[in-house]
Amino acid sequence: MKNILLGATLTLATLLGQSASFAADLTFWTWRQEDKAEYEKFFKDFAKTNPGISIKFEAFEATSYNTVLSTALAGGKGPDLMMTRTYGGIESLAGAGYLMPLDKTKVPAVAGFSPAALASETMRSDKVLYAVPAASQTMLVVYNKEIFDKNGITEPKDWAEFIAACEKLKAAGLMPFANGTSTAWQNETIVSALTSSIMGKGFYEDLMAGKTDFNDPRFVTALGKLKEISAYFPDGFIGLDYASAQQLFTSGMAAMFAGGSFEIANFAKQNKDLKLGVFAAPGLKAEDEKLVGLFYDSGFAANAKTAQPEAAVKFLNYAASKEFGQVFANNLNNISAVPGVTFDSPLLAKVADLNKHSIAYMTLVNFRYGEPTGSNLIQAGVQKLLNGQATPAEVGKSMTDGLSAWYAPFKKK
Amino acid sequence: MLSSKLTGRNLWIAALVVPPIAFMSLFLVYPILSAFAYAFYEWKGLARGEFIWFENFHRVLFEFPFSERTINAFSHNIFVFFALMVLQNGVGFLLAYCLWRELWGARFHRVAVFLPVVLSTVIVGLLWKLFLHPLFGAVNVSLRGMGLGFLAQPWLGQDSTALMAIIVANAWHMVGFPTLVFLAGMQRIPSEILDAVRMETESEWVKMSKIVWPLVAPSATVVFTLLFVGAFNWFELPYVMGGIDGSPHGATDVLGLYFYRTAFGSMSASAENFGPGSALAVLIFLFIAVVSSVITIRLRKREIQL
Repeated sequence: MKNILLGATLTLATLLGQSASFAADLTFWTWRQEDKAEYEKFFKDFAKTNPGISIKFEAFEATSYNTVLSTALAGGKGPDLMMTRTYGGIESLAGAGYLMPLDKTKVPAVAGFSPAALASETMRSDKVLYAVPAASQTMLVVYNKEIFDKNGITEPKDWAEFIAACEKLKAAGLMPFANGTSTAWQNETIVSALTSSIMGKGFYEDLMAGKTDFNDPRFVTALGKLKEISAYFPDGFIGLDYASAQQLFTSGMAAMFAGGSFEIANFAKQNKDLKLGVFAAPGLKAEDEKLVGLFYDSGFAANAKTAQPEAAVKFLNYAASKEFGQVFANNLNNISAVPGVTFDSPLLAKVADLNKHSIAYMTLVNFRYGEPTGSNLIQAGVQKLLNGQATPAEVGKSMTDGLSAWYAPFKKK
Repeated sequence: MLSSKLTGRNLWIAALVVPPIAFMSLFLVYPILSAFAYAFYEWKGLARGEFIWFENFHRVLFEFPFSERTINAFSHNIFVFFALMVLQNGVGFLLAYCLWRELWGARFHRVAVFLPVVLSTVIVGLLWKLFLHPLFGAVNVSLRGMGLGFLAQPWLGQDSTALMAIIVANAWHMVGFPTLVFLAGMQRIPSEILDAVRMETESEWVKMSKIVWPLVAPSATVVFTLLFVGAFNWFELPYVMGGIDGSPHGATDVLGLYFYRTAFGSMSASAENFGPGSALAVLIFLFIAVVSSVITIRLRKREIQL
């Protein structure tokens, strides 16, 4: 008996000894150069509980990140750990077999994530998860609190109030909105940020169930209202690019910016005195549920061919932990995808609260899997709509017809 | 006997010739040939799938939505080529003529005209974007200041003006180059010829069209061919001013942007389609290679040896 105990103790000691001497150097790639200091802190925290595993941070330019990453992975020179994009962005990596498939045995904590979060990092064909979802983004209206207070405006409860608020701001010599649409993707964000409540949950559910398409009156009405409110965008907004639009807002010349929650951190950095607020654009009537557009923009994945799979999985478990979600939210001002995270910043807390009533940012979430993408179509369509070259119904039709090239439920019967 | 005599010399030649050939093959021929090969495969992300013959070419030329985009981008390249032929090479020729005739301030203007050429394209793009800013841009502000506010436009936001605005920016940026090449050609014209002309006519028009223009034919060959290649490889300026999507709704889309977006995906709209992208690259390469050779051969024929 004594011997067995002794043997067990010895074995345990060797095991512990081994795990203590377990050393691994991992590389981590991301497109978020601006977060370098924070990530290095996260990696240090991680190393405290996982001695011997050190992670090296490397960042690449955001727009070419996927190209750099997939080229490196194809050449067998990829990182051990990486930040991945979502939806179609992860399928091109996972489909080529570059990413380590994850499941509940590898990363048990993912079971608690929301289905929408998991769907963002799951490949549709094999239904396998390839990355731990990192952050969500919300399409909403960001506003300048001081301007609202000074003009006696409160967050609008219905569309008429929304328009009245714009009128009031315009009369006061301010630009109600800062938005410009010469940068193509801004045409997609404003649809979700301003009209999700008009489309409504019912429309999104019917669309996903294959019961309707973009010719649906709910979608066409939404685009009509977008056109209506674009009268309160700056003069010549169709020639105004994204960066200029952001500057109009941060300089306090405009009261609102319809866009993503990712703007908040940037606005705060540009002008520290800015007092920001957020709200969900209202529906037509006050009793319509106020909805924001929601999508997940990033995740953490491991290389399928990493030389240190155990260490990599340990990090992914850390990335899925509430502890990490909390420091991620507090340090990076992002809405962590980890369930149960609380927010120090009242603004982020408000965004997280708005997320409880949301529909997907659908053109990105559901329609970027084939050519032409829903994003291609809505960006071009809305540019035509706002330039007076197409009606809302024509935009809806062009989207439905375009998507029918690959989206099965829209294919002509 | 003979061969052994020459061995030393042959070795010497080989030692000089092989490294550059190896270098060229490795970094030029091999990538081009492999891009050719890539175009015949199916791609899943950047992982190569099956050999599919001409399927990718068929997709970019004949199948929705690629065919529409190909035609749209290609027609814009053609428009850009002709517009720049007038705005860049035509104006360049006139400027060169004025500089050559040494009009007042010629020395200053010779530098001034060439100055923008040394600026980076990205800087020129951003500068012109600021000029054309709908609210505070120099163009609209001056129009309003002159009481011509009704002419102020969101230049880069309308399909009717966006492409032309980028072309003007390009002409402003590069006009110094054809000017310089034409000026060099004009300065090579022997003074005896010019003296002889002066005895015949006083007309500047006759001098320019009948004497100078034919005698600068070698310069014209150079600038025409380079403009052709440049117009069909156009990328940086439309990328900086209109974005990777050819905003608004494809009005500034050209083959370069379209190829890049198709092959590598655009972060804000679509994933990568490497097969069709490679097919496009091959088509663009073949088109430019064939047409520019034809242009060069035809233009060479009209050059006169002085």
